[in-house]
Amino acid sequence: MSAISIFFTALFYISLIVFLVGMARKIYQFWITPAPLKIPTAPTQLTQTGVVMRMAREVALFESLFKSNKWIWLFGWLFHIGLLLVLLRHLRYFWPGDLPEIFLLMQPFKYAAFAMVIGLGGLLARRIFVQRIRYISAPSDYMMLLMLLIIGISGAVMTFTQNHTDVLMVKEFASGLITFDWSNLPTETHFLVHILLVFVLMAIFPISKLLHVPGVFFSPTRNQVDDARKKRHISPWALQQEQEHTVRLEQTLGKDE
Amino acid sequence: MAAKEFDIPELPTYIEIPELKEGVMDGEGPFKSSEEFQEPLGFPGEKIDNWQEVAIAKMGELKSKYRSVQVFLDSCVKCGACTDKCHYFLGSSDPKNMPVARQDLFRSVYRRHFTFAGKYFPKLVGAKELDDDMLDDWYNYFHQCSQCRRCSVFCPYGIDTAEISMAAREVLDAVGLGQKYCNQILGKALTVGNNLGLPEPALKDTLLDLEEEIEEETGVAVKYPLDVKGAEILLITPSADFFAEPHIDGLIGYGKVFHQDGVSWTMSSYASEGANFGMFIGSYDVMRKAALRIRKAALDLEVSRVMVGECGHAWRVAYSFWNTLSGVGAGAADEFGQKLQDQLDHRYPQPQHIIEYTYDLIQKGELEFNKSENDDRTVTFHDSCNVARATNMGGISGGQFILPREVIKAVCNNYVDMERSTIKESTFCCGGGGGLLTDDLMEIRVKGAMPRMQALKEVEKTDGVDTLAAICAICKSQFSKVLPKFDFDPYMIVSVHQLVSDAIVMDKPQTDDSDAADDAEEETTE
Ligand code: SF4
Ligand code: SF4
Repeated sequence: MSAISIFFTALFYISLIVFLVGMARKIYQFWITPAPLKIPTAPTQLTQTGVVMRMAREVALFESLFKSNKWIWLFGWLFHIGLLLVLLRHLRYFWPGDLPEIFLLMQPFKYAAFAMVIGLGGLLARRIFVQRIRYISAPSDYMMLLMLLIIGISGAVMTFTQNHTDVLMVKEFASGLITFDWSNLPTETHFLVHILLVFVLMAIFPISKLLHVPGVFFSPTRNQVDDARKKRHISPWALQQEQEHTVRLEQTLGKDE
Repeated sequence: MAAKEFDIPELPTYIEIPELKEGVMDGEGPFKSSEEFQEPLGFPGEKIDNWQEVAIAKMGELKSKYRSVQVFLDSCVKCGACTDKCHYFLGSSDPKNMPVARQDLFRSVYRRHFTFAGKYFPKLVGAKELDDDMLDDWYNYFHQCSQCRRCSVFCPYGIDTAEISMAAREVLDAVGLGQKYCNQILGKALTVGNNLGLPEPALKDTLLDLEEEIEEETGVAVKYPLDVKGAEILLITPSADFFAEPHIDGLIGYGKVFHQDGVSWTMSSYASEGANFGMFIGSYDVMRKAALRIRKAALDLEVSRVMVGECGHAWRVAYSFWNTLSGVGAGAADEFGQKLQDQLDHRYPQPQHIIEYTYDLIQKGELEFNKSENDDRTVTFHDSCNVARATNMGGISGGQFILPREVIKAVCNNYVDMERSTIKESTFCCGGGGGLLTDDLMEIRVKGAMPRMQALKEVEKTDGVDTLAAICAICKSQFSKVLPKFDFDPYMIVSVHQLVSDAIVMDKPQTDDSDAADDAEEETTE
């Protein structure tokens, strides 16, 4: 194997481990941090089913964002749906051996790359030109968009221009990563840039704002059932306080005594 | 300190998103609390020497106790969707009043101290140190948030700036930088029993005067009972209802409805406050203490129902938090909570809102109204933030929007809603909530009222609306103050139960009369 292939193979595993360990830790942190009070935001859902549906609409359609700002919704949704379809299509590279028929159906998903790039371009333009959004942006916010944009564009260049890369070689490399049967990868610059940025993005996922992905599921204003009067909701620390009588009426408070 | 001069915002036909004007709302923030008010709540009396250390430790504690804080700090993608949703930003143009920018005051310090990226690449991710300037910004701008949660409705992840404001205020209290208005009031509520510091005898006198007044006016002996053991309903209402205008007309209305229903009810002098400013300062413990007073009153008075008067955040605390804090509801774990739950009548929701109660009676046809009494008015309803975005009524989806409107429509012929994007879950705050209802914050209160005033102006123009009804004590006080600044009549703000009060047909209590007659007969025969 070439040095460059070894480098990228190693980088993949390192990024993957950083990603998995980082995400597991973060999700565990979200999980064990109690939500001591019921704070769902209107329109609240009175049943668990309602909450599941609300979350589904939020995740699939970006419902709140739609209510909020049509442009951000449009660009944001285009980007995310584009990314999702493109990712699904990428499974073909990681699938060891012959592809099942279902992958044929995913063939047109390659055009989703345009949705992704247009969405990202729109978001970047807004970040640069809308004064309010510029004000709240840190360098990392631009960087994140640029990275994704370069990933999208380099991918599209390989798919839609004459700069094809050796797809079979890519498949061998990618599926080899899964089956631990490593092999060389193509060395065209745009391909290397493409996967380099993907690996880097994977690694910074758990330490960046990309945490909104698990975050949305843990958001108490969205995932809580509005049933406070019917069911008692109490966190472990509050229950402990209650049992230990840390807060008492009689105690302190000047004139009360 | 002389009040700062400032321009009253104009009311445009449509609200435009303003150009950013950095620093317009810079300042020292509201008056700071002193030792006298800090220490009874368990906070340091003044800014402590090692404030930085303590503040960071407190942040760490809060993010491990509140999932909201942890998740919200990590999840914001700076999409900007919330930037134009805050009434304080729309009214002031100060970029730090954009919800995400307000959160970022807190988040940037979180990043610096608690995240890998912020520790090693602070510039890249906008991480900042908690220095004196930052602390000043915290004190100033976290007291320009009314914790109205409008931003949370519009954020794709439901990020609620109110949660961050509460956390920030808790950190500020922990380093000795409390807000005078809230903490002084809490002292009174937790010792005397209400925010006004009104002791039992004064309260009793007030209620007696009220009874006399009503009897004179209507010829009906409507009672406002205090500390009656064994009454069915304990009413917990904001203390403003006892004194302030237009609040007191609401209290009159509650009494009339109770009277017509013939139910026995009482208020408590020990827990004569519905408002719970513990929520505003973000302190679970202080909030719980105030809630426990109410539980004690309910137990002592042996009531079977707990009801809440017209107050926005009081209803949030009661509806969403009481069951957690003190076990009014179901499933309490401790002795007193269980005792209370055994005592309460679970055929009714516990706690119940006065609007739910009146609405039920109207549905059952038990109240009679002369709607034409309100014919001189065209009414619109202001959804108060806490009721609208953090509670429910009637156990039906959106009940908190439906029930008050139905009550108003049952007693008024002319009702109009304001523009859809300014009501219900998207309602604009009155500008005075969240512990901002103090004269030292008048500038931000007036500016923050602009979006609500704008929507009101439109229905005034198009439908001739001349009455603004609300079910929140803070809204009512705030509107009385700010309405005239925008060329409205300050008396146009009314309690919903004032409208009820004006239209309700009171029948003379036959049973009482005949009892009295019997008594009189007995007396004469003896
Ligand atoms: S809408 Fe939510 S995610 Fe977007 S900037 Fe505001 S707080 Fe952040
Ligand atoms: S909670 Fe309300 S006042 Fe606070 S930032 Fe959000 S919209 Fe503004």
